[in-house]
Amino acid sequence: MVTLTINGREHELDVPDNMPLLWALRDIVGLRGTKFGCGIAECGACTVHLDGAATRACITPVSAVQGREVTTIEAMADDAVGQRVQAAWLDLGVAQCGYCQGGQIMNATALLKTTPEPDTQDIVDAMAGNLCRCGTYNRILAAIERASGKEASS
Amino acid sequence: MSYANDRLLLANVSRRGLLKGLVGGSALLLAARWDLGLASEKAQFGAGAMPGGWVDDPNVFIHIDSDGGVTIINNRAEMGQGIRTSLVMVAADELGADWDRVRAQQANADQDKYGNQNTDGSRSMRHWYDPMRRAAAAARIMLEQAAAQQWEVPVHEVRAEIHKVVHSPTGRELGFGALAQAARDLDVPGRDALVLKSDSELRFIGKESGLINGELTSAHPKAIDGEDIVTGQAVFGADVDLEDTLYAVVARPPVYGARVKRVDDGEALKVPGVRKTLRIEGTGQPAAFNPLGGVAVVASNTWAAMEGRRALEIEWDMAPAGDKADYTSDAYRESLEAAAQSPGKVIRQTGDVEAALEDADTRVSATYYMPHMAQAPMEPPVAVVRIRGGKAEAWAPVQNPRATREGIAQRLGIDKESVTVHQTLLGGGFGRKSKPDFVTEAAAVAREFEGQPVKLQWSREDDIQHAYFHAVSVDHLEAGLDADGKAVAWRHRTLSPSIASLFAPDPKHKGEFELGMGFNTMPFSIPAIRLENPPAPAHVRIGWFRSVYNLPHAWAIQSFAHEMAMAAGRDHRDYVLDLLGPDREVHNLTVGDGWNYGEDPDLYPIDTARMRRVIERATEEAGWGRETGKGRGLGLAFHHSFVSYTAIVFEVEVSDEGELTIHRADIAFDCGPQANPERIRSQLEGACVMGIGIALQSEVTFKDGVAQQDNFDSYLIPRMPDAPRVVRVHLIDNPDDAMGGVGEPGLPPVAPALCNAIFAATGKRIRRLPVGDQLTG
Repeated sequence: MVTLTINGREHELDVPDNMPLLWALRDIVGLRGTKFGCGIAECGACTVHLDGAATRACITPVSAVQGREVTTIEAMADDAVGQRVQAAWLDLGVAQCGYCQGGQIMNATALLKTTPEPDTQDIVDAMAGNLCRCGTYNRILAAIERASGKEASS
Repeated sequence: MSYANDRLLLANVSRRGLLKGLVGGSALLLAARWDLGLASEKAQFGAGAMPGGWVDDPNVFIHIDSDGGVTIINNRAEMGQGIRTSLVMVAADELGADWDRVRAQQANADQDKYGNQNTDGSRSMRHWYDPMRRAAAAARIMLEQAAAQQWEVPVHEVRAEIHKVVHSPTGRELGFGALAQAARDLDVPGRDALVLKSDSELRFIGKESGLINGELTSAHPKAIDGEDIVTGQAVFGADVDLEDTLYAVVARPPVYGARVKRVDDGEALKVPGVRKTLRIEGTGQPAAFNPLGGVAVVASNTWAAMEGRRALEIEWDMAPAGDKADYTSDAYRESLEAAAQSPGKVIRQTGDVEAALEDADTRVSATYYMPHMAQAPMEPPVAVVRIRGGKAEAWAPVQNPRATREGIAQRLGIDKESVTVHQTLLGGGFGRKSKPDFVTEAAAVAREFEGQPVKLQWSREDDIQHAYFHAVSVDHLEAGLDADGKAVAWRHRTLSPSIASLFAPDPKHKGEFELGMGFNTMPFSIPAIRLENPPAPAHVRIGWFRSVYNLPHAWAIQSFAHEMAMAAGRDHRDYVLDLLGPDREVHNLTVGDGWNYGEDPDLYPIDTARMRRVIERATEEAGWGRETGKGRGLGLAFHHSFVSYTAIVFEVEVSDEGELTIHRADIAFDCGPQANPERIRSQLEGACVMGIGIALQSEVTFKDGVAQQDNFDSYLIPRMPDAPRVVRVHLIDNPDDAMGGVGEPGLPPVAPALCNAIFAATGKRIRRLPVGDQLTG
């Protein structure tokens, strides 16, 4: 048994310690906004927040997240920064197929929480680990700028 | 209705002229186009020639609730091109529905009811724009008739406005919801009674909105799935949630055609959560859309299934694979390069090429290589299937629902009416999900678990190692130039395994639809031309990859035209405009192509004036001819595909250490009338990024029949730092021609434009993709 705190709620799960958080979220808890893309932390589709930091759920065993706060894309609509990011995504028509975008938004939100006014290079560096096969990168970049304090204050 | 003839048989009358305005949305009677008393004859071209044809019955596509909610059925796969928004928007605009009260419902697989659903070939909008407008116009007229009846006034006194019908003389109004029931009971008006809205009455169709080249202009109508995507609620294949689901993964033969000889599942069954293992029989070669076979591990969750698979001990029988087990990429490339030195099957011939080459003042020769690639959509293949009481139900991200349904039916030995296929959102397709092998595979597992849903998940390794690979290609070109550098001879030999090898004994030659993707349709005006296709055998499953054979053809032809310009000492743009020759319409049949993307050659000739315009626009926007400075350069390429026209100019910089920076892309695009410019822009932006990956990074190689790449650490695709920060899309305003494709035509010119720019910056010629470390090595 492991006890996980996901989006502020405690879940007791009867799963092996080494099960990646991704599969615990998707198949056991039933939160499917976190996506499977590669299984080796190369694509970022599975990005969640672990105590606020962007983390790849596909290589993070559940044993490593006991007692820590797991936040998923499903909770971003209740997060002030997450809301701004989501709104910017919609305003700029970022998504094409949308499969990677949950992970992109989680990574972008984590960036803006630590770096509220990132410059272009900050954004490119921070987002380099999130793949998008549809090629929406420039719209992602523009949406992060739009959601940032920099854009809001300008 | 499905096969109603949409081809006007008016000899000696320009159908293009007649149709001008219609496709642009002018309020013309549609009778001239459709009602020719030939409704029972199957169309030869276009949507009507597709399996299932088109349907424009409003009762099939449009449902209005009594509370005014409008549901519009989308019958095409949504894989990122935005068709669920764009096609639904076309209908909503014609209907006059309030966009905030419109929802989309995805059609199940049923081509008898919904018409053609096979989402490939960049056909969705060009084939469904007209039927959806007609369906919506018919629904609007039915609402007006219902209102007129209720008010007991002549129908010409009433008029539909936004989500309501108004009686002009008295000012009375009734909402769509209040009229829905009465309208539903009316007869559908005949097509000859339909009048489409004029451009000035439209709110969405053809209107620019949203982000244009980095600037947010005006709010765009909200995307149908936008909110769900950003909140994590969108349902892709793996997100289908059914009670009591079992989870499966499959260990497949490492080589195409190999089979399981012996399996020890003892350790696998000890993994907590693993329920069962079972063999899946493959169907050998050619594989078509059938599973490859192997051993399935079924468990209570995906992770347990994957752990179980890791614990399997399988001995493979390589004998059935035959020579597929010897397939090694370097040796294969060398064999194709050798074959390219000899004449091949002649595809097109004008004049005497050999004599013209002999007489030429200068000869230019080059050989280009493009490797295998995997589509690698971000969502790997996945499907959920439940079989109960002799009936099967599937939930899957598929581009071809009909083939999915038939594949399951065939595998299970039941009729297709006993199979229901629910189409989920696709987390990318790019041609991979045109092949529903993964759904049939799920059905093969689910039949062992009566009544229980089985979710069969492919890992990324499965996806890359068992893709339907983009065909590897060698293209060898030779040209003769006269003393002025003018082209007098063009000989092109193209070699690639054919997709036909997937379905029948390997023909070793490209088929008509493969050659028709930019090879025999090469539009240059050169006195002596010979196009040849020497043989190239297939060793893996070859399949459609976005833009398909246009990729190698554009890569070779556009690179070579640049080499000719350099040999002639000419400006590349000026040179290719000369190569194109005088403005003219090239009929596909005159260049040996009987395919023309399935479209009527009179409506869709290859129009060199349109090609010239995109070249001029892209080069002007990019500032062609300006001084770029040391280590920087501009590169151009252009291509006609999917009956649309694209030209791209890249500006790149290469440092002394060989580090490439792509500063900017200018893309000019002409697809004729634009239904939803906002999504057209996004498709071209995305194609630019994907094409950069094709040019620089992406390659699957084989050794002894086994793919040597298996995940995104070895099979590279573009990341944010790889994309140019400035990508500008210039849409050509052209409402007068017939509508062209959008999803694919942006991709083919990307790689040659980029490599031409690299040459302009460095003088280094790239003839083998991907570029990889060729600039630093």
